[in-house]
Amino acid sequence: MSKFGRKGKKKNPEISTASLPDIIFMLLFFFMVVTVMREDDPKVKISKPNATETEKLEKKSLVDYINVGPPVNKILGTEPLIQLDDSFADLSDIRQWIEDNRERRDEAEKPAITTSLKVDKDTRMGIVTDIKQELREANALKINYSVNKGSAIDN
Amino acid sequence: MARRGLQEINAGSMADIAFLLLIFFLVTTTMDQDIGILRQLPPPVPDDMEKPPEVKQRNVYEVLVNSNDQLLVEGQRMDIRDLKAGAIEFYTNPSQSPDLPQLTRVSRTVVQDNLNKLRQALSEDPENKEIKDKIETWEDKLIAIELIGDYSELPSSALISLQNDRGTSYDMYISVQNELSAGVNELRNTLSEEKFGVPYSALNTSDDNDKPKIKAIRAVYPQRISEAEPKDLGTN
Repeated sequence: MSKFGRKGKKKNPEISTASLPDIIFMLLFFFMVVTVMREDDPKVKISKPNATETEKLEKKSLVDYINVGPPVNKILGTEPLIQLDDSFADLSDIRQWIEDNRERRDEAEKPAITTSLKVDKDTRMGIVTDIKQELREANALKINYSVNKGSAIDN
Repeated sequence: MARRGLQEINAGSMADIAFLLLIFFLVTTTMDQDIGILRQLPPPVPDDMEKPPEVKQRNVYEVLVNSNDQLLVEGQRMDIRDLKAGAIEFYTNPSQSPDLPQLTRVSRTVVQDNLNKLRQALSEDPENKEIKDKIETWEDKLIAIELIGDYSELPSSALISLQNDRGTSYDMYISVQNELSAGVNELRNTLSEEKFGVPYSALNTSDDNDKPKIKAIRAVYPQRISEAEPKDLGTN
């Protein structure tokens, strides 16, 4: 009799949650290592084209981004716009922007500065060509066309 | 009271704190790796520059892309799928075609001769940058010969000339750039595989052992994709 009574009263042992923080910390460290800080709010919508012959950009701190694509905010229309850092810009602003970015860096690093063009794949080349001409004038000759890995032929 | 001992600190909220941090990092960071096609733009052309010498027709692989994303390669319509093979053909000219560049054999004696001559010239005019650049390219060739042996070389004026219309889509432009690079990279990989046992893409630019190999392969198959000054090819 007493045997059964005792059984009914016995509680399930609690699962120890002491290791839960460890697991979460592990996840946290994983994310801290594999991700990078988001630099700027995208104001233009960019879906990158695909390519296979890609190279990895070595030094993130030496890369400046020019974003080109249709604005996220529909009120601004659908024509592709240029975004430098956090704001929209004109073609004529690029030269000054390059100059400012150059000023920020050490003399030794200047030749390694790369300008990465993040351009939406439906953009026409006209605006890209104009940007490239501006970059040439500003002597920012190392450029990178940002792409996703994938077959270029199915673009 | 004294018998109670030290009270344990409740670690239950540790998980919450860690979660909070985790979520913060999830939100503020991005995963996307930055990969892309690296290119070097030509320096700006000064207005008073004299016209460059005419390059022989056979040494230029002309790729035009119009606003309908159609390709015209060496005067012929071409599908993007064939562009890679076309680039490889241009680089190697397997059939000795008179329309494609004539490859010349590079041997050690020629390279050594040229280097000696250039060094002599440099000693007379030590500040001449042009000579210095030339010496550099010939030194690369010497490295190539030491590592690879005699090889056939493209004429120094041979290049792939890419020209696009303002109406070409960026997508197509990247595809063309990609296919042209793919052609060169395939040649480089094959050569590297044959000579060093590893594909070119596996060579490490920061490894001192690999650096001369990379230089050698680049000397044999230089990437010469040039973009013409932009102009309107007409839209329709």
